[in-house]
Amino acid sequence: MESLSGRSKVVVKKEMTLAERLYLPAIIGGAMITLRHLFKRKSTVKYPEKKREFSAVWRGQHVLKRDEQGRERCTACGLCAVSCPAEAITMTAAERKKGEERLYREERYAAKYEINMLRCIFCGLCEEACPKEAIFLTDRLVPTEFERQDFIYGKDKLVEPVDEPIDVTKRQTAAVLEFKKNKRFAHNK
Amino acid sequence: MTDYLVYKLILVAAIFGVTLLIAMYSTYLERKVAAFIQDRVGPDRAGPFGILQPLADGVKFFMKEEIIPNVSNKLLFILGPCIAMVTALMAGVVIPWGGSLIINGQAYSLQITDINIGILYIFAVVSIGVYGIMIGGWASNNKFSLLGAIRASAQMISYELAMGLSIIALIMITGTLSLKDIAAMQGGGVGSEWHLWHIVYQPVGFLIFIICAFAECNRMPFDLPETETELVGGYHTEYSSMKLGFYLFAEYINMFTSSAVMSTLYFGGYNFPFMNDLGLSPNAITIIGTIGLFIKIFLFIFFFMWIRWTLPRFRYDQLMNLGWKALIPLAIVNLAVTGVVMVLLD
Repeated sequence: MESLSGRSKVVVKKEMTLAERLYLPAIIGGAMITLRHLFKRKSTVKYPEKKREFSAVWRGQHVLKRDEQGRERCTACGLCAVSCPAEAITMTAAERKKGEERLYREERYAAKYEINMLRCIFCGLCEEACPKEAIFLTDRLVPTEFERQDFIYGKDKLVEPVDEPIDVTKRQTAAVLEFKKNKRFAHNK
Repeated sequence: MTDYLVYKLILVAAIFGVTLLIAMYSTYLERKVAAFIQDRVGPDRAGPFGILQPLADGVKFFMKEEIIPNVSNKLLFILGPCIAMVTALMAGVVIPWGGSLIINGQAYSLQITDINIGILYIFAVVSIGVYGIMIGGWASNNKFSLLGAIRASAQMISYELAMGLSIIALIMITGTLSLKDIAAMQGGGVGSEWHLWHIVYQPVGFLIFIICAFAECNRMPFDLPETETELVGGYHTEYSSMKLGFYLFAEYINMFTSSAVMSTLYFGGYNFPFMNDLGLSPNAITIIGTIGLFIKIFLFIFFFMWIRWTLPRFRYDQLMNLGWKALIPLAIVNLAVTGVVMVLLD
């Protein structure tokens, strides 16, 4: 059969010569390889003191952003939940009452918003789907827990605090911003 | 007389302490070498560069729960690690750790006792060491332990033959079984009588000896008695706490002792090149010689570890094939060739 990659090798099962059967040259060759590794640069990162830098496009724990006036951007349209391949997102929508205009940007908001961090595969499709620029994946790690229940993150953990907004600009590279500009949902402004 | 006893006691205590210390730090070295060969850094949290790691390990061994299985033979279960440890420590008695120190006109030899059958003594003691493993494995009343013990005894007995045969060729050259005499034979300087190390005369013998030493110490290419992939832990599956520690410790002491024996038999022991030409005082020569011996031992221990992280484990039938069909015939041929050459040179 013709090789498609051109890299396949035909295996020849020939009799071993005396030198090969002694195995000593092979053992010395192997020992030389391990000896070389002895002096190689170590790949260990001494973790608590030194943290490995995340890549610029690292997708970690989600955040639900607020707008400039501190109102929640999410309108519970459910596009993120629909786009989620792992079905990790659920939400319940509610109508904004009078007097809540400072809290929610539009008439509809998410009364409940949950992401199951055990199901989530951190693909970032929710962020891509979001018409309101409300959900972003950040460079934070999801911490470990002892109970499965604790991995279901509600709004208490997902919505960013009013006084300390979470920086999501790191992943918003020029290419990403260009892409978002051409999004069909122009009502985002 | 009291002088003599005090000197011997100090020497015994010193060698006992040094042996334990080196065994302790062999575990550290093993982990470091393993890590470095695998491009890691190894233990580095306990003290600078992790040099307190053996202490931490020791404390851990002592604090662990001691489990003696209900179905085991309790006396033999406890006896097993004791035998392994005692025999491992006993072998160091006849090894010449250096020449003689002259203090107040009296010569103090750095060897606990010079038996004129030193090599035989070491072989005898090492053979008893097998009992530690066999008894421990059998008394555990566990199939894995028993299999490990059977493998250990079969392996040690097979490899002892080739080891003994390779040694006989060396003894034919030296004409003595005393380790002190054998070590002294390899010394000298250009000005005085000059002797080459025995490795020059017995390269094949040394090769056989070192392969057998690997097998005797249950070290990596031949660590079938404790193959963790197939026998859980081999003969020490049921052991916990310091009894397990004793077994592991005995293994490292054995490694240290066999390195010392190899250095003494084939690599000049406490002798170093040009020892009589540098114009040093006898005491200085002795001290440098002892340091030299320990450097040789250290290199051998490193070699043990280096090979461990290079070669995969043998299959059991391959192990037996190598022992009986390759090493023993080779040792016999070596023996015959040595004899013929000696007769021709006479």
